[in-house]
Amino acid sequence: MAAPVPPPAAAAKPGGLRAWIYKRFPIEELIRDQLTGYYAPKNFNIWYFFGSLALVVLVLQLVTGIFLTMFYKPGEATSFDSVEFIMREVQWGWLIRYLHSTGASVFFIVVYLHMFRSMLYGSYKAPRELLWLIGMLVYLALMAEAFFGYVLPWGNMSFWGAQVIVNLFGTIPVIGPELVLWIRGDYGIADATLNRFFALHVAAVPLAILLFVMLHLVALRRTGSNNPDGIEIKERVGADGHPLDGIPFHPYYTVKDIVGVGVMLVMLAIVVFFVPSFGGLFLEAPNFEPANPMSTPEHIAPVWYFTPYYAILRAVPDQRLGALLMFLAVALFVFLPWLDRSPVKSMRYRGPISRTALAIFAVSFIALGYLGLQPAEGLYVILARVFACCYFGFFVLMPWYSRIDKVKPVPERVVFHDHA
Amino acid sequence: MADGVIGDSQVDKSRRVFLTTATVTTGAIGAAFALVPFISSWMPSERARAFGAPTELDLSKIEPGQMVMVMWRKQPIFVVRRTAAMLASLAGHDDRLKDPTSANSDQPPYAKNVQRARKPEFLVLIGVCTHLGCLPKARFEAGFAELGADWPGGFFCPCHGSRFDLSGRVFDGSPASVNLRVPPYAFAGEQTLVIGVDSANQKQGAA
Repeated sequence: MAAPVPPPAAAAKPGGLRAWIYKRFPIEELIRDQLTGYYAPKNFNIWYFFGSLALVVLVLQLVTGIFLTMFYKPGEATSFDSVEFIMREVQWGWLIRYLHSTGASVFFIVVYLHMFRSMLYGSYKAPRELLWLIGMLVYLALMAEAFFGYVLPWGNMSFWGAQVIVNLFGTIPVIGPELVLWIRGDYGIADATLNRFFALHVAAVPLAILLFVMLHLVALRRTGSNNPDGIEIKERVGADGHPLDGIPFHPYYTVKDIVGVGVMLVMLAIVVFFVPSFGGLFLEAPNFEPANPMSTPEHIAPVWYFTPYYAILRAVPDQRLGALLMFLAVALFVFLPWLDRSPVKSMRYRGPISRTALAIFAVSFIALGYLGLQPAEGLYVILARVFACCYFGFFVLMPWYSRIDKVKPVPERVVFHDHA
Repeated sequence: MADGVIGDSQVDKSRRVFLTTATVTTGAIGAAFALVPFISSWMPSERARAFGAPTELDLSKIEPGQMVMVMWRKQPIFVVRRTAAMLASLAGHDDRLKDPTSANSDQPPYAKNVQRARKPEFLVLIGVCTHLGCLPKARFEAGFAELGADWPGGFFCPCHGSRFDLSGRVFDGSPASVNLRVPPYAFAGEQTLVIGVDSANQKQGAA
């Protein structure tokens, strides 16, 4: 991998702190292997911001989450009040909570764009299948984390959202009812459920996410990043042993990513300060009243990042099939590396069929996301069925259309326009 | 190789493989048993079970045509005192029901009839939509505008649009596949309903 450069510490003056650490910890190798000696393609575009942005949001969620835990009290009798306490009486508590609630939505925006980037440039294709699979584990853990977190304020939408999602497991044949009882720990969504979701939200799932993110980065260090041209830069190596089309991650991309972080934080701040509930998309109105097992909100919809799947669930007139198709809609991403039979990676060199299919998929995903927020009646249901068919068609027909599609010749070197 | 260390030729490989396999297998079985307490801890606690004991309701307070909601095991229980007109509305729409005879639905044997009740006058249902657990709304008036002119009266779930008749039987075109569940219940005397037992003499809950 990295060329055999002499350890920089060799140059450090003996007896200095740097040399002292180096004798006891491979700090120089760590920095070299991960940053200064890690070569990334030089032709990254705006789509390549979202990986590092996701990492920044993860840190934001961990820090704000730890502080919220200091004031929040899980329990049927205390949860709702402690959230109001944070909002009204804890110094700056409102800011910490709004950063956390907005951060959750930002996390999904960034992750969805990050995933779409991979679909646009074929980043899931060989040799990056494992990188993609580990990324899917991060995505699944993130969905669990978001769901558990949504239940914690114990508002009425928290309660009924938990009721609907937990009951999905009741559709599993034979073990369903017993499984639901086990998940809830009571005959309904109750104190026991809330407390275990709290434990999962603040300890178990965050640890899993951190582990998966680390594995994701380890896998990335093995394969290196893909790029908008879908060319393996490692195949063209210069005299110094480094890829001709690569530049060191640090300082080039660390500096570039900081600009992206700045832009993201400005947008985050605008939402946090001016529209924290984001018109009911980030925080829903029924959740400003306490959980009430005797009253379902007029209209139940999950937070926006789950609505594409929720629309599929509701579009199916049979409950078991609906739940199955919803889980399948998530699981199909896992199989992308093997469904895609195109000889080229990037959409830049693919033909009209693949491009159209990806466009239809993107439109369907957004349309389903919109429909999942609407009531399940009339035209909305019919449209949800149409877009669900398009969504599944994108995956199921891929082995066929990706193979017959015309492709353009892929250049040997990445396309790069320098700005000098 | 240093003196006192046996060479490769002297190693009894099959013995080593057997011992390794046996150790790993025993360890795996032990680990599986160690999981049991952790997994079991998620089941309802003794306290939750105790709170799940039967609950009583005074039926004399319910007017004909009225519904009351009581909680039993953290679930809303609907108790409807049906009028003769309401009971008459149950006939004539079997062809629009998914499970008119409640063959695939969940109810005690004594409620497996058209009225889905011990006494036709009193309908007792678990008020949890069999689709995904929302709370169905009472829509007892026949011909309820939103639900179509031929609506015979019943329950409507606002979450995903499941519709049920006045026996809790699900209509075609609903995402729910089975009828609303009927809890175990019994009558202690003329005017007292006991929810959670199959017989009024039974003091302990069925579960």
